[in-house]
Amino acid sequence: MTVATEDLVDSASIAAASTKRKSLWLVALRNPFVIIGGSILLVMLAIAALAPFLGTIDPTRIDPASRNKKPGTEITMRLDDGKTVKRVAIMGTDSLGRDVYSRVIYGTRVSLAVGVAVAAIAVAIGTVIGLISGYVRWLDGIIMRIMDGLMAIPGILLAIAMVSIWRAGLITVIFAIVVPDVPRVVRLVRSIVLTVREEPYVEGAISVGTPTWVLMFRHILPNTIAPLIVQGTFLAAAAILVEAALSFLGIGIPPEIPSWGNIMAEGRTLFRVFPHNIFYPAIFLAFTVLAINIMGDGLRDTLDPKMSKKV
Amino acid sequence: MSEAKKPVLEVRNLSVTLPKGADREFAVEKVNFTVNPGEIVCLVGESGSGKSVIAFTVMGLLAKALKPSAGEILLQGENILAASETRLRELRCTRMSMIFQEPMTALNPVMPCGEQIDEVLNTHTKLDAAQRKAKIIAILERVKLPEPERIYASYPHQLSGGQRQRIMIAMALVLDPVLLIADEPTTALDVTTQAEILKLIAELQEGQGTGVLFITHDFGVVAEIAHRVAVLRWGELVEMGPTEQILSRPVEGYTKMLISSVPSIHPQHRGVRKEGITVLRTEKLGKVYSGKSFFQKSRVVKAAVDVDLDIRKGETLGIVGESGSGKSTVARCIARLIDPTDGKVFLGDTEIATMPAGKLRPHRRKVQIVFQDPYRSMNPRITVGEFIIEGPMNFGLKREEAMARARKLMETVRLDPNALDRFPHQFSGGQRQRICIARALAMEPELLIADEAVSALDVSVQKQVLELLDEIRQRLNLAVLFITHDLRVAAQICDYVAVMSKGRVVEYGSAEQVFGAPRDDYTKALFAAAPGRHWEFGKFATA
Amino acid sequence: MLDFIARRLVAIIPVLTVVAVLVFLMLRLTPGDPAAVIAGDNATSDQINDIREKLGLNEPIWTQFAIWIGDILQGNFGESFFFKKTVAELIAQRIEPTLALTICTLIFAVAISVPIGVMAAYRQGSIFDRIVMAFAVLGFSVPGFVIGYCLIYVFAIELGWLPVQGYVRIGVNFWQFLERMVLPSLTLSVGFIALISRITRASVLEVLNEDYIRTARAKGLSNRVVLMRHALRNAAVPILTVIGLGIAILMGGAVVTESVFGLPGLGRLTVEAVLSRDFPTIQTVILMFSVVYVVINLLVDISYTIFDPRIRY
Repeated sequence: MTVATEDLVDSASIAAASTKRKSLWLVALRNPFVIIGGSILLVMLAIAALAPFLGTIDPTRIDPASRNKKPGTEITMRLDDGKTVKRVAIMGTDSLGRDVYSRVIYGTRVSLAVGVAVAAIAVAIGTVIGLISGYVRWLDGIIMRIMDGLMAIPGILLAIAMVSIWRAGLITVIFAIVVPDVPRVVRLVRSIVLTVREEPYVEGAISVGTPTWVLMFRHILPNTIAPLIVQGTFLAAAAILVEAALSFLGIGIPPEIPSWGNIMAEGRTLFRVFPHNIFYPAIFLAFTVLAINIMGDGLRDTLDPKMSKKV
Repeated sequence: MSEAKKPVLEVRNLSVTLPKGADREFAVEKVNFTVNPGEIVCLVGESGSGKSVIAFTVMGLLAKALKPSAGEILLQGENILAASETRLRELRCTRMSMIFQEPMTALNPVMPCGEQIDEVLNTHTKLDAAQRKAKIIAILERVKLPEPERIYASYPHQLSGGQRQRIMIAMALVLDPVLLIADEPTTALDVTTQAEILKLIAELQEGQGTGVLFITHDFGVVAEIAHRVAVLRWGELVEMGPTEQILSRPVEGYTKMLISSVPSIHPQHRGVRKEGITVLRTEKLGKVYSGKSFFQKSRVVKAAVDVDLDIRKGETLGIVGESGSGKSTVARCIARLIDPTDGKVFLGDTEIATMPAGKLRPHRRKVQIVFQDPYRSMNPRITVGEFIIEGPMNFGLKREEAMARARKLMETVRLDPNALDRFPHQFSGGQRQRICIARALAMEPELLIADEAVSALDVSVQKQVLELLDEIRQRLNLAVLFITHDLRVAAQICDYVAVMSKGRVVEYGSAEQVFGAPRDDYTKALFAAAPGRHWEFGKFATA
Repeated sequence: MLDFIARRLVAIIPVLTVVAVLVFLMLRLTPGDPAAVIAGDNATSDQINDIREKLGLNEPIWTQFAIWIGDILQGNFGESFFFKKTVAELIAQRIEPTLALTICTLIFAVAISVPIGVMAAYRQGSIFDRIVMAFAVLGFSVPGFVIGYCLIYVFAIELGWLPVQGYVRIGVNFWQFLERMVLPSLTLSVGFIALISRITRASVLEVLNEDYIRTARAKGLSNRVVLMRHALRNAAVPILTVIGLGIAILMGGAVVTESVFGLPGLGRLTVEAVLSRDFPTIQTVILMFSVVYVVINLLVDISYTIFDPRIRY
């Protein structure tokens, strides 16, 4: 009979296909959006890391003598030992005489730190809660009601309320942005757990006696990685925006810390005369967030095509 | 040549190009055939044969990635491939119509059915509202839908699958087209509904002299309805001729192989043994789903009621039934993938239906299950080897021993043992089902459950997997519980058959007795509906 | 239908309870003495004791919650420490600009973004589609206050077409009111337009892949009819959902936008309350925004039944 066609696996056809599985990440890295967004982000990371070496001065240094200078003005700086140095403030100075360029460059550190920290913490907490919710049925109801409640409070308002109680500081701000993000991650992880649980291969694993925790880590959790990376990038982008908004409103990070939001907050009062205090940090901010979002889009298209249909 | 004899559809030298990077260059290559008025031509082939591509090319509904690259399609002499988009729109539903495989999704869920038919008339005719309504009610009557007025106002979700397919047929035929293209129109339907729809299509086309291009993979359907048959393979037309000739005197080897792979509906004589020890017994097994809601009356679905079964060593018990009959529920209760709500399940002497999950684990080994969908049964992230040894290692077998066992089992299921480090995506559907069988066997089970395990496979592959299953059963003296909706498959592999309907076992006995002399009315109706039941496939007349 | 609405109403009770508990606990869970937090850094211990007495902080926590929630249910939201008014009065005074701003934005954004999204989906891969998608990503990436300042800079300062800041009540002078609404609404709608046009495009694209769209084409309907009659209505539910959920973004955005344009609304009030540590006001405003958000999404839920007959009452 004609059993031969289906019988032994054709080694040649296997060889051709054998790299397919692992190369998903390589495909993602070849996506033009990921490349463009990733490159801009790498530049931003380099700026953050090399901030002291990019012709900056102490970003918190107040110089009453050279307040409110337009970009490109040459200012004379008096050093601690009494000498004077001439220096061009390419982005001008603010109303306390601080160098806007230095502040913007150092601000990169704050924004990236907030973005990365918020995304990482929210994803970590959300994944744990989501797994519990998806797997421990009797806890699910309680957890999801709490998450619904959290989601019902508009995120930025919740963050504002929390900052107002705990006093502003970098840690508080990060925490305040994390809390409203957690339910989003929980929902994502929970929905994946609930879907994957129904997959025949999970049922198959149950029927060969696989213990629950192995089931979780080997068969269920890996399915969440790609969507979580995608979600994480979007959370990071949003977190940077929220931090900027909070600082801009004067209820974020303490004003002496150079964050983009703080620079812009400082520039508000004299905006009509010196718009540069707002525009320079804004350009950096928009570029960074745009880069993360573009990268997120690219990652989603390649890693998580099912989700890309949704948004 | 008189007007009536002229073919309604002529496909000449048609080639359709696949996008770059596909496994072959053409989806369809140099295909020629005709459909005459009043004739049903079946395009038959396995998955990937290009049969649906031809249908969609004729309608001008091909996906953008596919391009007709050569040949012509003549609808009453007019070349469709050269027609403008506007002209194509004019032709659709007036001269050529199409019905699809999935009646559940083919109708717009947010529009009443009558309105959806009305759109056809509104687009293609100048009838006023009253005339259109009358015409729609008339066609709804012709497709034998009860209470046409009510159906007119109903939304698709309020109708059954069979009724929806009737709506589709009504929509397709309301303007009396000369050509009807039916793309697997009964594949998603239960066998009794299938029989009714086939009968309806045949009646309507005969009455109107419509030419029908009928796409199917099912030789039963072919035997039932076709005047002529074209066999396709990998986009090429292998053989074409009158139905009787193709089915009984095929010329090409591929056609012969395909037809002889169709299982016979008459059970082989396997002998009633009843000698092995009972591996599994259920006693009044039941599963009730109840949706509790705060404000609503709780909805209760009795998925399985009072199911009594027993399976002995070395025997295959089949559970056959239509969708929603509860056959899979029973299988999943026995495997304790879901918890039964009533009755008992004895595995040997141990009662496992009410056993708490913690205590159940040692017993899990004894019952193994192979699922329907070969593409979702394996974790895509782990290798075949890891997949097979997972179970034995859960029960304390050392890795090397488990791997050795896996290698042996790969040979048992006739796969290359060196492929253990490959990932699932590198295997075909049939190969995956073999791997799943190997994995189940690695547990050295007492009972193997095959839940529609061959239903997703092409007929030729299906035959091989069935033969493999039966061989393993014999060699290992295994008890097999075989769940299927396919009567032919059941007839070939089962020693005993339980027929289920609406959660109950309505008939239970040896395969020969149940198939040969069914007693229950439902069973009789079920068998009577099996397409091509009068045809014994594969018994070719010697040329 | 009434039964359905009743069920949905019952379903929001647990959500609102959780919100109330969270808002209540927010203050009680502060590290240290809430009374001291409220009183501020320069308060004497007498003042702190006074506040503690006034807020009933010496009672057990559940009694406090019961009293608090009881007051709220009776419409007694407490008294603002800073503004020396009842919170209810304060909110009544400040609600108009916020309502005006959000409603203007909502109407403007939906009117723009849904057609854009549909067109982008219909012409998938075209230049128009790409521009829309690029705009959407950009809209997500630029903070609202930056957009606000850009608009002020161009239209108010450089061109002088519109006033820079401020608010005129709708009853006082409608024309001036409208003039002062243009830039804030534009500012607030950018992110919203980005969100809605993207989700509209995605939903329509998904629907266009459905089997019944193929059926509609097989009927010989024109592309326009297929899009308008078959695709759009089926895509309505996900679009509506996102509009409902997007209200949260609108509310958050209002806080920032009102600050940029000096609108004396609830958003501005929130910021002022935070800066002056006026907790009864903060709690009430957050509670109110959340209730509005939940109720709007309830209405969205109920409106599904208009678009999709499969959703059971």
